[in-house]
Amino acid sequence: MTDTPVTTASAAGSGANLTRLFERVALILVWLLLIGGFGAAMPTSFLNWGNFAILFASYAPAALLALAIIVPLTAGDYDLSVGATLTLSSCVIGVLNVWQGLPIGLAIALALCAGAAVGLVNAFFIIYVRIPSLVVTLGTTSLITGLVQWMTNSSTIGGIDNSLVMAVVGGRFLGVPYAFYYAIAAAILMSYVFDFTPLGRRLLFVGRGREVARLNGIAVDRVRLGALVTSGVLAAAAGVLYAGVLGSADPYSGLNFLLPAFAAAFLGATTILPGRFNPWGAIVAVYFLATGITGLTMLGIPLWVTNVFNGGALILAVTISQLTRGREASDIG
Amino acid sequence: MTTHETPAAQPAPPVLRLDGIAKTFGGARALKGVSFEVAPGEVHGLLGKNGSGKSTLVKILAGFHAPDPGGVMEFNGEPVSLPLRPGDFRRLGMSFVHQNLGLIPSLTVLENLRLSDLTAIGRGVINWSAEWRAARDALARFDVPLDPEERIDRLSAVDRALLAIVRAFEEVRVAREATGRPGLVLLDEPTPFLPREGVEKLFTLVRSIAAHGSSVVFISHDIDEVMTITDRATVLRDGDVAGSLVTREATHEQMVEMIVGRKLARAAPVRAVHAAHARPRVRLDGVASRTLRPTSLTVGEGEIVGLTGLIGSGYEELPYLAFGARRVTGGTLALDDGPATALADLTPRRAIDLDLALLPGDRQGASGVDSLPIVDNMFLPDLGRFFTGGLLRNGRMKREARQLGEAFEVRPNDPLLKLSALSGGNAQKVLIARWMNRRPRLLLLDEPTQGVDVGTRQHIFAALRQAAAGGMSVICASSDAEQLADICDRVLIFARGAVCEELVGEQISKESIAEACYASLDRAAASSPVNGTPS
Repeated sequence: MTDTPVTTASAAGSGANLTRLFERVALILVWLLLIGGFGAAMPTSFLNWGNFAILFASYAPAALLALAIIVPLTAGDYDLSVGATLTLSSCVIGVLNVWQGLPIGLAIALALCAGAAVGLVNAFFIIYVRIPSLVVTLGTTSLITGLVQWMTNSSTIGGIDNSLVMAVVGGRFLGVPYAFYYAIAAAILMSYVFDFTPLGRRLLFVGRGREVARLNGIAVDRVRLGALVTSGVLAAAAGVLYAGVLGSADPYSGLNFLLPAFAAAFLGATTILPGRFNPWGAIVAVYFLATGITGLTMLGIPLWVTNVFNGGALILAVTISQLTRGREASDIG
Repeated sequence: MTTHETPAAQPAPPVLRLDGIAKTFGGARALKGVSFEVAPGEVHGLLGKNGSGKSTLVKILAGFHAPDPGGVMEFNGEPVSLPLRPGDFRRLGMSFVHQNLGLIPSLTVLENLRLSDLTAIGRGVINWSAEWRAARDALARFDVPLDPEERIDRLSAVDRALLAIVRAFEEVRVAREATGRPGLVLLDEPTPFLPREGVEKLFTLVRSIAAHGSSVVFISHDIDEVMTITDRATVLRDGDVAGSLVTREATHEQMVEMIVGRKLARAAPVRAVHAAHARPRVRLDGVASRTLRPTSLTVGEGEIVGLTGLIGSGYEELPYLAFGARRVTGGTLALDDGPATALADLTPRRAIDLDLALLPGDRQGASGVDSLPIVDNMFLPDLGRFFTGGLLRNGRMKREARQLGEAFEVRPNDPLLKLSALSGGNAQKVLIARWMNRRPRLLLLDEPTQGVDVGTRQHIFAALRQAAAGGMSVICASSDAEQLADICDRVLIFARGAVCEELVGEQISKESIAEACYASLDRAAASSPVNGTPS
């Protein structure tokens, strides 16, 4: 008699487990379907490793940006300024290395510092002045964009030290330029912090229940500040990659990464570890979106479709996570 | 004092008549068939302890709960079909002022006052100058001199309460103009957080509402206030009407007896000589906040001390203040032979390091995160312990969580489930296990069994007693007299921000606690209350 509920529970459990497993890999399956679709349409030009190698490398800055975003998102804060920070970082490198003649290593270090500074400014207004993060980072986005235009005279700065270019796209492993592996390294580091350190667990509690975190002895403000500074530094690192991929500093194109990166962050939260912003989900999502855009472009579909695709993916991603997660709270309320 | 608009020859029907209103939750009968009447122009008190059925009755009238079939409700002599739907009360000419007042802090007096009108569907363009005049007139009618342009968050607590009541009455007045019948305003515990002179203003307002011919139901635990303002009073006890009184003819003692359900032993208050408990474990000295007057308290090793009182008496703050979780205005904490720590410098982190533990009353908002797994909720303050060799040992956490879940009988005991997958009682077991597993020197509890089923309650009590026997000290703030009587060695009764009575050992019973809560009120009033001068 006591057995009956146990068996039904475990039967229901295995059913739930299958659903859960499917949920975890659904995006990867859709990605494979997408590749299959484009591959069927363009067997030679799309389905070759060279195409994918370029795709993996050129979207590495976007991948790093998506990773940057999920840190404060997990702690419950939006950081919209990552796109502008990416631009700032690559232009700091351009100005200091090309115009001022600073060694590339020093220029990179200062670019990362600039990213940290953006994080600190955001954190000051979000945490201590208590302004909603969406508003603050929208403001700093415009502020930084203006600063970058002033700094660069609104012109693209070419001729960045070749050693950076070589380090980012010069070498290849399995045919894929190094740029991709930097993003992967960041994802490995981040999933270590998220899953295998107390800090990651605290970050999660700060995002889901500030008062719970506080009453359990977590220094909530410090965690949020750390998350915002981390996203600034990671966005600056994405800028370093971007400068390396282009070999120049472009004061305008960086903001184009913002939307796909956000879309990837939310889409990534529906996969691998559904319901949580997670690094591997974000990486998968970035390359899912990249595959879609590349395939559509190769099919000769006009440029505006890219924007529709990115925007649509963002809304769809949030919708999916709302629908599948109707039973649970999502990260951002 | 009562003003009837209707001619005396033909007595008007009661504004509200209830007969045999019952409500069963699960198997528990919250209301067993309540009948009472409110006459036109009358201020009618509704009294009763926590759990006597007051709030259930209010929620039935507001349309939140459907009563059991068979009850009768009449409004101005006309039968009303039950259950009411939410919002029906407005059409009838009833209006509620709840304790939270329902004002929007960032909007102006005018916008709040005319809220339901301004946002009504199908309404045309807003004529702001006409709205302004209407608001000014409404405020002037009741002699409440507020600037219609002032924002709510700049008003004092008293002015907010007055505004909420004026708004409620305005709603009733509009309904009355449509039907020509008297209306009814229900005030649900409007006074606990008001200073004394504010209560006077509020009473003046209530009287002028009654003078306009509408009736007021005044729900309160404060017998003095009920004696002052009401014409008649109905007392609920354990879901039944314990009796109705004409206030003028009743005495304070009669009311208390009716509420508590037996004769009061009005002997000199037993100021207990506290039996020297093993040895003092916790010394709280001069703990004070905005609502709590300087309070000192010593808890012995293995002692369970209960804190209780009526709403707003300040007892519920103490666990948070002692944990460094809320702002204090003074006070120190000392544990065993350690030095005294100023509570102003105490943070939850430091409190945890001192082996304190706090289980807040707001389980979902302050205690655990529903959307995260049981294991993470269980070991949130212990993460450092599982971080060895540069890795958080998720496997070991899961194993220990399963063992701990077993010990506390968490059902289902799967540490990877989200906390939301558990019933309220089981979730509470997880959270209490989190703290008890740390073997704290002092466990601070706020309403530990709220929303927890009876079985779980017993289980939590047993765990508390066992841990106390092992030397853990407990401070438990609760409004549930029965629970305190079950677990406490000593109960402190608070009134108006201070301890006013102490019950020890044999003196503690469900009845004696409830009694002391009410009896304490006038004793506290006799000394200097925190809120101002007594009336």
